[in-house]
Amino acid sequence: MRILLFLALASFATVAAAAPDAGQAPPTISTIEVPEEEGLTFTVTDDSAWQDLGIAIPAFATNADRPTAANSQGTGALGVELARVVFADLRNNGLFRPVGPDALPRPAYPQIAAPAWGTWSGRSAEMLVHGYVRGGDDGRLTVGCYLYDVQLQQELVREGWVVAAGEWRRAAHKCADLVYSRLSGESPFFDSKIAYIAETGPKDARVKRLAIMDSDGANHRFITNGQSTALTPRYSPDYSKIAYVSYLNGYARIYVYDIGSGRQTLVTESQNPTFAPRWAPDGRTILYSMAVAGNTDIYRVAATGGSPRRLTDTPGIDVGGSYSPDGSRVVFESDRSGSQQIYVMDADGSNQRRISFFGGRAATPEWSPRGDQIAFTHIVGDLRVAVMSPGGGGLRHLTDSWQDEAPTWAPNGRIVQFFRTQRNSGETSIWQVDLTGRNERRLNTPVGASDPAWGPVLP
Amino acid sequence: MNKIAIAVTLASALALSACKKDAPEDLPPPPLTTTTPTPGGPVTPQGSIPGTQSHFAQTMQGADTIYFDTDRFDIDAQDQAALRSQAQYLNQYPNVRATVEGHCDERGTREYNIALGERRANAAKNYLVSLGVADNRISVVSYGKERPVALGSNEQAWGRNRRAVTIVLN
Repeated sequence: MRILLFLALASFATVAAAAPDAGQAPPTISTIEVPEEEGLTFTVTDDSAWQDLGIAIPAFATNADRPTAANSQGTGALGVELARVVFADLRNNGLFRPVGPDALPRPAYPQIAAPAWGTWSGRSAEMLVHGYVRGGDDGRLTVGCYLYDVQLQQELVREGWVVAAGEWRRAAHKCADLVYSRLSGESPFFDSKIAYIAETGPKDARVKRLAIMDSDGANHRFITNGQSTALTPRYSPDYSKIAYVSYLNGYARIYVYDIGSGRQTLVTESQNPTFAPRWAPDGRTILYSMAVAGNTDIYRVAATGGSPRRLTDTPGIDVGGSYSPDGSRVVFESDRSGSQQIYVMDADGSNQRRISFFGGRAATPEWSPRGDQIAFTHIVGDLRVAVMSPGGGGLRHLTDSWQDEAPTWAPNGRIVQFFRTQRNSGETSIWQVDLTGRNERRLNTPVGASDPAWGPVLP
Repeated sequence: MNKIAIAVTLASALALSACKKDAPEDLPPPPLTTTTPTPGGPVTPQGSIPGTQSHFAQTMQGADTIYFDTDRFDIDAQDQAALRSQAQYLNQYPNVRATVEGHCDERGTREYNIALGERRANAAKNYLVSLGVADNRISVVSYGKERPVALGSNEQAWGRNRRAVTIVLN
C-alpha cells in the first residue's frame, strides 16, 4: 500500500495557525526553505563521533484526540507510540544517542512547527525531532515529522505522510529514515520488511515456516503452516511476492507466493530439485539452481514463467547467485576449483571468473544494494560473515562466532543481517551488524529464526 | 535362499567392523527365516514381509546407509561393500523401488548442502545401477543439512550425518 507523501507548505502552515492565542504572533513558516547542507557538512568516516549526537524524540502531538483504528486509545496515545518507534529505530541503529518520549516532556501541538527552544537547549540534545498525527474523517492518519538543530534553532528537514490506520508504524519508520538520512548522509532503510524462516522443535525434527515481519520485528506473520519444510525465502523487489523453497512434494521445489492473492505457483516444473531462488533487481527474472544427476547449475527464468535458460555448465556445483544493483552481473558460488569459492559472471552467463582467493571456503555471496561490496560466508573452520569488494580484494570479517552464515543487506547497503547457529542445540537466531563490524545485535523474533532476506525500502 | 542371506549378512558385518568413521555396530543377529508370502495367507508382522522398508532395514543391518568425508561424495571401499548388499537385496526383489536420500552435516551453508546431498545420493545410485539395478527403480532426494540423525556439534556426530540412506518404497 502506497503512502501518500506531501510537502504541502499550506498543511504545515495550519499547525502554526492553530496555535492558541497567547498574545504571540504565530511564527511564519510558509516561506522557509531548508538550506542545502549548509553548515552541516558531516562525513561518516568515524562512527564514534555520531554517538555523541543526542537526539530528543518527544511524543508526537495531535490536534485533537480522536479514536483511531490504529490503537484502542486514540490519536493522543498514538503520538507516544509513533515517537517510541522512531526512538527504537534510531537507538538500535547504534549511530546516535536518542532519548525517547517516555523520558521527555510532551510538546503541545502548536509547538511542533515552532519548538519551545528553551525546553530543549537546557538538555544535552543537539537534535530535536517533533511530530504530529491527525486523524482524518476517512480513518486515515496524517503524520508530520520535523528535525531541528537545537543549537542553531533551525529546522533541518520536514516531511509528512498520509497512511491507512493499520500502517501507522510505516509513518514512524519514514520519520526515522528522514532523520537518519539527513544526519548520516546515508540512504534510508527503516521502512522495509524481512522475510525469513521461523524454526521450532528439536534438532532432528525441526519445523520450519515461512514468515515475514517489519524491519524492527513488528507486524510478524507466519505464511506457511510448517507441515513441509520451508527454506531460503526472497522478497520480490516490489514486495508483492516471496520466492522460497518447500519440500511440499517430498523434494526441494521453488514456489512463488503472491502475498496479495495468497496463491502459489511453481517457478518451474521439474522432477529435479530446484532451490536457491533469487530475484533480479527489476523483478522480471528469477535465478534458481537445479541439481540434475549430481550436478547443480544456475538457471534463469522469466518471473512470469516460460522456458529457463542455463547460465553455468561446469561439472562442479554452481549455486546461488546475486545480481549487481544495475542487473548487469551476477556473483555466485561454485566448487569447480575443488572447494566452494565465489565467482562473478555477466547476467547472460558469460565471463565467469573467480574472485575469492583467500584461504578456506567462500559461500553465499550477496551483492550490496550500493554495488560497492559483496557480503558472504567465509568458512575457515568456523563460519563467519565477511565482506569484500566486487573485485575480490579488501576482505574484512564482520563477525567471529562459531557459525554465522547467509548474509543479507539492509536496503541502504550499510548493515548486514545474517543468522547465527548455536553449537549443539542448533538453535538459530537472526542478527545484524554494521558494515564497520560494530553494533552487532540480535533481532527479536517469536521463535528461532534463520535464512533472513531483507527487502528494499517501501515506496 | 538362506545361504545368500547368511553371506549378505556376514559381508555387511565385515564391512561395518572395518569402518572407522561410523558409530560402532553390534554383530547382526542370526539371519531371519523369510516366509514366502501367500495371497490371503495369515498376516505376519510387517518386518518379515520381504520387499518392504522394515524388512530391508532389518536385513541390511546398517548397510542401508553409507558415509562420506567432509565436502566429499566419493564411494569408498566401505561404501561399496554396503552398496553391494543393497544391490543384492534389490536384485533379489526386482519389483521393489527405492529412494536414496543424500544428507550433509551442519558445518556448511544451506544451499550448497542441498546440492552436495544430491551429489552424494546420486553417487550411491550410480553405483547401484552399475551393479545391475535398473535406473528407473531408484529415485534420489537431497535433504541437505535439514535432517540430522546425530544431534551433537562434534566430529563424531557430523560423521554420522554425512550420509546417503537407501529407503525401500513400500
